[in-house]
Amino acid sequence: MTASQAPAPRETPLWRAMLAIVWKDLTAEWRSRELLSSMMVFALSVIFIFNFALELDARTRATVIGGVLWSTFTFAGTLGLNRSMAAEKDRGALDGLLLAPMDRSAIYLGKVLANWLFMLFMAALVVPLVSVFYNQNLFSPGLWGVIALGSLGYVAVGTLLAAMAVQARTRDMLLPILLLPLVLPVLIPAVRASMGFLRGLPWEDFAGAVHLLVATDLIFLAVGYMLFDTVMAE
Amino acid sequence: MSTPSTGPMIAVRRLVKRFGLRVVLRGVDLEVQAGEFVALLGPNGAGKTTLLRILATLSRPNHGEVRLAGYRLPGQASAARRYLGLVSHQPLLYGDLSAEQNLRFYARLYSVPRAGERIAALLERVGLASRRRDPVRTFSRGMQQRLAIARALLHDPRILLLDEPYTGLDQDAAARLDALLRPIAAEGRTVLMASHNLPRVAALASRFVVLSRGRIAASVSREHISDQDLLDFYRAAVMADRPAAPSASGGAA
Repeated sequence: MTASQAPAPRETPLWRAMLAIVWKDLTAEWRSRELLSSMMVFALSVIFIFNFALELDARTRATVIGGVLWSTFTFAGTLGLNRSMAAEKDRGALDGLLLAPMDRSAIYLGKVLANWLFMLFMAALVVPLVSVFYNQNLFSPGLWGVIALGSLGYVAVGTLLAAMAVQARTRDMLLPILLLPLVLPVLIPAVRASMGFLRGLPWEDFAGAVHLLVATDLIFLAVGYMLFDTVMAE
Repeated sequence: MSTPSTGPMIAVRRLVKRFGLRVVLRGVDLEVQAGEFVALLGPNGAGKTTLLRILATLSRPNHGEVRLAGYRLPGQASAARRYLGLVSHQPLLYGDLSAEQNLRFYARLYSVPRAGERIAALLERVGLASRRRDPVRTFSRGMQQRLAIARALLHDPRILLLDEPYTGLDQDAAARLDALLRPIAAEGRTVLMASHNLPRVAALASRFVVLSRGRIAASVSREHISDQDLLDFYRAAVMADRPAAPSASGGAA
């Protein structure tokens, strides 16, 4: 086939490019199992350390369990975000994405969706373990809703910062330094809302935290969507 | 949406690129017509990769005008990317995916019609059909580079940019790459290849352009120069563009 005979390729719709990136990330993870295994090892370490270092009575455990849960997600998630973006830098693959005829925001949205799925998968394994170690019932639909919302906000800002950090030589150090302060508006309401559901508090007592979580998710997603192309430009 | 012009496929005028205080490209002027295979020669640090990255829409110029297939960069970069393929010294592939999965992924990003047939044909062409299910991280450097060519040709681009494609290849792998590149020019594509490997580009290119110290120092068509004279032409172009060295006695008081 010659170039002159070829039809001009169409611009790829954003949703299709985004789903292609999710498919690519899930397939690569299925074959390597690097990202999830490292996140899980790290998460287990954090759970063990908290469990054995803090000898807490049952009542105190119930009050700190939300913090333990979100500390575990945060630390293990940072590892996952770093690994996810490093895979794009390996063999120059990120340039391959940037060359495609599509809105570059599709890269951001695709990576956010893939990272979110990885976070939810990790949470599905971590929550039962925390439940056993801390002898607390964590099987609450409300808690899972908070985990879904909190993880989304976390990966929304984390993916953008990982894309910035991956350009730097000190990316492994840079991401946690940038991410942890910026993710506080997600973590604080996520911990409060988690505790609200786990302790069976009236909805009015923690509805503000859930609303703040939703608002922060939307703000972080919008900022990431708008800034990603600029971040990718040298 | 604007359509491509009938003018040159690549048109660069007074292109300037700076990284901080360092000026890498100092007013580059270059035109490449449809179907030309142009070899971009130059010493290390001449600005070849920077020029190719700007043409590939991966970097933005500070000044000057760049058009690809009639589309102005960086404003119409998204449209220009449809016509563009890039083979870099890195393969732009995912090590954990198989050869076939890598191409399927890029076929989705480029909305390639009948992707399955196209992928099978390209894997056959680059001699990797029997390894299509193996992860790319198990491939040799030469195999990765051949797969990178398949990736770059997947959407049938009219312009192909090659940045030092022979880097890290042994003689056999380089010869196999030659055999892949030769028909590409005959297909009517416009090719701009940066390389240090004069004997190899001599067998492929229809024009030679020397970039030195961020400027186009010389340009000559294939029919006006023999293989034997190419090295002299290159050396003369680079030497002529060097700043005059201070004389041995000039600094003595």
